[in-house]
Amino acid sequence: MIETKAAKEIEAAKPEAAKEPEAAWETAALTRKSYELRRDIIEMVYRSGAGHVGGDLSVIDILTVLYYRVMNVSAENPKDPGRDRFLLSKGHCADALYCVLGDRGYYEKQEAIETFSQYGSRFIGHPNTDVPGIELNSGSLGHGISVGVGMALAGKMSGQDYRTYVVCGDGEMAEGSNYEGMMAAGHYQLENLCVTVDVNGLQISGKTKDVLCSGDLGRKFAEFGFHVIEVEDGNDCGQLVRAYEEAKQVKGKPSVVIAHTVKGKGVSFMENTVSWHHGVLNEEQYRKAVGELEEAMK
Amino acid sequence: MSGITNRQAICDVLLGAAKEDPDLVVVCSDSRGSASLAPFAKEFPEQFVEVGIAEQNLVSVSAGLAACGKKVFAASPASFLSTRSYEQAKVDVAYSGTNVTLVGISGGISYGALGMTHHSCQDIAAFCSLPGMRVYLPSDRFLTGKLIEALLKDDKPAYVRVSRSATGDVYGENLDFELDKANIISRGRDVALIACGEMVPEALGAAKRLEAAGISAGVVDMYCLKPLDEQAILEVSQQVGLVVTVEEHSPYGGLGSMVAQVLSAHCPKKVLNIALPDGHLIAGTNREVFREYGLDADGIAEKIKAVL
Repeated sequence: MIETKAAKEIEAAKPEAAKEPEAAWETAALTRKSYELRRDIIEMVYRSGAGHVGGDLSVIDILTVLYYRVMNVSAENPKDPGRDRFLLSKGHCADALYCVLGDRGYYEKQEAIETFSQYGSRFIGHPNTDVPGIELNSGSLGHGISVGVGMALAGKMSGQDYRTYVVCGDGEMAEGSNYEGMMAAGHYQLENLCVTVDVNGLQISGKTKDVLCSGDLGRKFAEFGFHVIEVEDGNDCGQLVRAYEEAKQVKGKPSVVIAHTVKGKGVSFMENTVSWHHGVLNEEQYRKAVGELEEAMK
Repeated sequence: MSGITNRQAICDVLLGAAKEDPDLVVVCSDSRGSASLAPFAKEFPEQFVEVGIAEQNLVSVSAGLAACGKKVFAASPASFLSTRSYEQAKVDVAYSGTNVTLVGISGGISYGALGMTHHSCQDIAAFCSLPGMRVYLPSDRFLTGKLIEALLKDDKPAYVRVSRSATGDVYGENLDFELDKANIISRGRDVALIACGEMVPEALGAAKRLEAAGISAGVVDMYCLKPLDEQAILEVSQQVGLVVTVEEHSPYGGLGSMVAQVLSAHCPKKVLNIALPDGHLIAGTNREVFREYGLDADGIAEKIKAVL
């Protein structure tokens, strides 16, 4: 965690309950769930020969923690006006989100796994509102923060206490529109907005720092008026839970969780390997990936 | 001329509606003055969002507000709204089907002397080609008011372009309005003039001049570019020898292209498309630019006479 004065003050002000995860979805259960979902993702991308498996595996712990522990959402009442809102701004990782939503009961997960990116499927390569649980269409990078600002503003205007969560990629932070959204989020002091940046350090052409270095993202967000929470291991569900609990306590400013992740996390030959941005598995690779994930779940 | 602009007419309707509907929200990009929406911002500050000079953010924020139950009117100069934030209009509004009306102010060559950066002569083509987006260019203040009242009643995306200066009144308070139905103002035996936006009063003026020269010309106010009222086009075109389209837009992809597409499929006719040229436009007031390119009543009449 970043050791800022504000962070210390927030830590001191936190109620005891916020410091440790609730028993229902404690770290071990979340971690196991994230590996089950990794197994689903591998199945989905292998069957379809499509998807963005590297980013799926870096972001899946973030999605797991948000959907199973942090966010107030319900598959039984997906349009509840009081629900927390979620936007996957790095929409190319829709495959991971489809697995999560299916697992949470928004639809039959198996349908998503079997039809992802296939002819006539509603489970297309980027999030779309034909899929229950998807708030808005996304996929073109650099939109999520601004749309999230609108959602958070709407909540404040209507006196509703839902929170809005936006997940971006670090490569995505090259899009200039992000900074328009960040400026507005800071200006309107949107404490009900929490942005996560999945910093896996790689994008389609290579290392993000080589393609176009985004520098110190935390400092950038801080300059725009965000409370910054750095998560050293963004694939560690416990660290993520603590970060989101901290974000919920912040008053008068939006929060950002800078989650340092590993692209391809959980499958040895994919980890930190740029070619797996949207690589397609052959049968041998599929068996090896499944074997590794099942071994990790034992 | 009343001196009341179409943008003022929009503000008047929104002021009335906001009293009844707390979910009505106006979003501006440092454009409340040029959009004549400053009275709205003053009277309903809790229903007004300022995003600064950031048109991409304007549209995405509007979509986010709409996705959470707000009825949003986002106003910005048409030049920037239709280019800088085009992708946000495509993805966050049209594709996502959010309840956002994009109001393009100072459209066409309203900012005649400011140069091409401030012209929006491609917006009809751009927005009509977005699946899910409706496109309207109302002519006068009365039709603008009726159009905004109608859009307040539904929840689908729309783009409305209005000009900066006041146009001559075409209608009166008792305008009979039906959304997506063009107004057939008059019928002619020789020529059917189909116009939109600020060109409607010019087309009416041209029709009078043609009448004086013994040419019978009718005028259609095709304020609804999308969905295009194809029935009205066919209805006025059947009996005439020449169909003329008039638009403050590029000659490509606008009203002329769409009317010709309809007629070529269902009722082949000669179509004369009167539009701005495909090039850097001369500097001047909008009236001066219209005159330069034959988009005023005199110029339209002369072009038609030359063809007949």
